[in-house]
Amino acid sequence: MMRPLLVSLLLMVVGPTLMAEPSDVYSFDSRTEEQRFHNLISELRCPKCQNQNIADSNAPISKDMRDEVYQMMSAGASNEDIVGALVDRFGEFVRYKPEVDRRTILLWATPAIAVAVGFVVVAVIVIRSRRNGEGETALSEEERGRAARMLADDNSDRTS
Amino acid sequence: MKRVFLFIPVILAVVLGVVLFAGIGKDPNKLESALIGKPVPEFQLQDLHDEDRELDRGLFKGQVSLLNVWGTWCPACRDEHDDLVWLAEEKGIRIVGLNYKDNRDDALIWLDRLGDPYQVSIYDPRGRLGFDLGVYGAPETYVIDADGIVRHRHVGVVNEKVWEEDIEPLVKRYREKI
Repeated sequence: MMRPLLVSLLLMVVGPTLMAEPSDVYSFDSRTEEQRFHNLISELRCPKCQNQNIADSNAPISKDMRDEVYQMMSAGASNEDIVGALVDRFGEFVRYKPEVDRRTILLWATPAIAVAVGFVVVAVIVIRSRRNGEGETALSEEERGRAARMLADDNSDRTS
Repeated sequence: MKRVFLFIPVILAVVLGVVLFAGIGKDPNKLESALIGKPVPEFQLQDLHDEDRELDRGLFKGQVSLLNVWGTWCPACRDEHDDLVWLAEEKGIRIVGLNYKDNRDDALIWLDRLGDPYQVSIYDPRGRLGFDLGVYGAPETYVIDADGIVRHRHVGVVNEKVWEEDIEPLVKRYREKI
């Protein structure tokens, strides 16, 4: 009774790993090199698939790009060289982190601009309300007298 | 002064609307080639029809050509094949074929059965030239001028409409420059 249940449970656990496609095997000299490779392929975008990096994509073109990254790394190329070589072939599209230049400066600056505008708006609101607030609290002598009279009237009404 | 501020949301909505509307109907799968205005990458590959014949990018010199990337594994390439034959035979266009990630026997049978629109066929079984060209999905068709400079890339099937609207004007323009 228990055995089929156990077997099916075991299959549920093991099954997905058995079905997973054998990933491309790349060998690295060190952990840092391997980490560098993974950082690179997760920052590069697959040109065939609209929003996947080449680390996640199964498209043949992504495999070619991973191979190229690996080969260039093995040949001692720097990260900039590797990304540059792929951008030269496939265009800026493959960069998930676009370079800061004249065309992309607005893209990079937008968050900072938004925060700055937010600060300005808040500052204007605070300054205005403070200015208005001051005007309200400062009562003239005449107003003070009127207020005192009104309060006194109020008291007398209640006592009578 | 206050009144003016009340219009800000409306203005924002209109601007956003215009930007988004401009994007409707654009095919996000079509990317501008990074090689426009640059020479065809260097390559040393065999002729599809003749193992002993080595081809290089010198073959683009002297006349305007179309470079068509295809493979027998690519269904859309079958779609456009008749139109390529039509272009080669009726319009006298020089088409250079790049047999991409394919095998020679299948490719030769295909050309034998369906007709061969290619004046020259480059055999690129490992996709090296394709990779250097930035090919990300066959079929792709490039307009190459007489100096071997890439002028245009069309991703997808070439048919009569694409020819008339996108490719023919460019071919004409670069032919006049020779």
